[in-house]
Amino acid sequence: MSPLLFLDILIGGLMMGGLYALIAVGLSLQYGVARVLNVSHGEFIMLGAFATYSLYLLFGINPLLSLVMTGPFIFFLGFLIHRTLFKRLRRLSPSLDAFEGSSLLASFGLLFIIQNVALLTWGPDVKGYSYLSKPVNFFGAVYAANRLVALLFAILIGLIFYFFLMRTRTGKAIRAAAQDVTTAQLMGVNIHWVLGLCFGLGALMAGFAGSLTSMMFEITPLIGLPYTIIAIISVVLGGLGNILGSLMGGLILGLIGNIVMYIHPGLSLIAYYIIFLLLLLIKPTGIFGK
Amino acid sequence: MRRAISKKFFYPVLVIFFSMIMVMMPPYVSPYTIILLNSIFMYIVLTVSWALFSGPTHYLSLASAAFFGIGIYVSAILGDKLPLLVVIGLGGFISFLLALLVGLSSLRLRGMYFTIFTFGLSELIRHSVQWWEVNRTGTVGRWVIGVDHTTVYYIMLAILLITLVVAYILKHSKYGLALLSIGESEEAADHIGINVNAMKIITFAISTFFMGTTGAIMATRWTYIDPSIAFNPLFSFMPVLMAIFGGIGHIFGQILGASVLTLLADVLLTKFPYYYMLLYGMILVIVVLFLPKGLTGLKEEVKKWQEGRSFK
Repeated sequence: MSPLLFLDILIGGLMMGGLYALIAVGLSLQYGVARVLNVSHGEFIMLGAFATYSLYLLFGINPLLSLVMTGPFIFFLGFLIHRTLFKRLRRLSPSLDAFEGSSLLASFGLLFIIQNVALLTWGPDVKGYSYLSKPVNFFGAVYAANRLVALLFAILIGLIFYFFLMRTRTGKAIRAAAQDVTTAQLMGVNIHWVLGLCFGLGALMAGFAGSLTSMMFEITPLIGLPYTIIAIISVVLGGLGNILGSLMGGLILGLIGNIVMYIHPGLSLIAYYIIFLLLLLIKPTGIFGK
Repeated sequence: MRRAISKKFFYPVLVIFFSMIMVMMPPYVSPYTIILLNSIFMYIVLTVSWALFSGPTHYLSLASAAFFGIGIYVSAILGDKLPLLVVIGLGGFISFLLALLVGLSSLRLRGMYFTIFTFGLSELIRHSVQWWEVNRTGTVGRWVIGVDHTTVYYIMLAILLITLVVAYILKHSKYGLALLSIGESEEAADHIGINVNAMKIITFAISTFFMGTTGAIMATRWTYIDPSIAFNPLFSFMPVLMAIFGGIGHIFGQILGASVLTLLADVLLTKFPYYYMLLYGMILVIVVLFLPKGLTGLKEEVKKWQEGRSFK
């Protein structure tokens, strides 16, 4: 394998990985902290993608600018869903295991609802638009400009989130809740507020990822589930409750996916599943777990 | 004492009575009713066999679609080479063997990890079959030899009755108590001398046997199948939803849940085809939120409410 091809696969992998990392961090907030294995996570990506698409097509709003417009909306949607649905479920459940089971089912319900609302709103056809699709020469390989921009934004969002998590009081509360909800509560963390915040932030990450993917890939109401599965695998890969671990998990998965894609296109999803099942069997605590 | 005996015989007598009606019914009803009943039977078998394992042990399995799909593929590949009943048996047997393997490999997983594992497994099988068909066989789908609806009806009825009998015997034996104790606490069950691992694996495998047989016979109804029809994740979620909707701890509740939701799906599909899945999602959320113990649990709730009121 020539070094140039290696570099090509590496950069391509990083581009997918950056996106996966955003999605994985989002799910990590929802599953690792708020304990909701949100299978409708990918649907928020789809919503973000469609919202960006509509804003671009109807009002000609720059997809990168629409990040700030769709973001708060999707955040609020996520926060509201946690407030009305998962908070109640958590209170009613006799144990955390029972809550995980029932919240999984409820999120499947959400998946059907969001997917079909999107289907009724935007129709089943494949949608897409062209933005910054000029080819750019990057280290000898050629990429569409929007891919580089998407990677840049993914890194930027990741960095901002990192500083939010590490440097602010709210970030500290989230990290405390990720370690132990009961103890965090005893230390004076308003737990339902933090969990709602985590769920909203998770949806926000998905929405951002959706806006970015809409520049590169086609959009249909069905694009969500594969992303959800990638996110679940990344979260398990990075270790449950380890938010930064899931970021690494996403990056690793993007790289592996790109390598497999190079060997045989169409096998990458199967490769993800095999990695996932092996991981669950051999080291369910994740590669960074103890 | 008399009351205890009559209660013990109540359900078996009810089942015998109903099955006699069912056996005599086909000549007198429309083909539409037969097809609808086939769907209902199918979902009852899937729900009861799912709950056979997941109900008492609290291991939420989302792999029903995998075993159901295997049954379908056995039927599609061998349907024209072997007699129907052999194909159906094989569908169940292969599911059984695969479930033994899955059970052996996923023993260490508990709670959510088991659930994700089973979901991942059934998606892995779906994508692998899809990849195999596209890249090796060269086609996406397969044709299935059709069988007339009345034959399907009788076979489905037989599978249904066997499933119910097995589920009933398992539930009302030492074996069922052992499963319940595994669900309460695995360590404690281990300490009182239950072979926890063997119990879990065998029960899981038995429950998938029925899913496999059902897949093999129901495949004949579709005539054309492809991996996304056969391994549709909906076949994994529906039994869970139906069991919870009806009441997971009770075979009667599972039957009720499966019947009501299948009928509802039929009505919704004909009246509101575009809103069908949307409504289904809403029902799922509402059931989880407001009916955590299902329809049979509703009776207890009402009783509790009445008792609470009479004291005031």
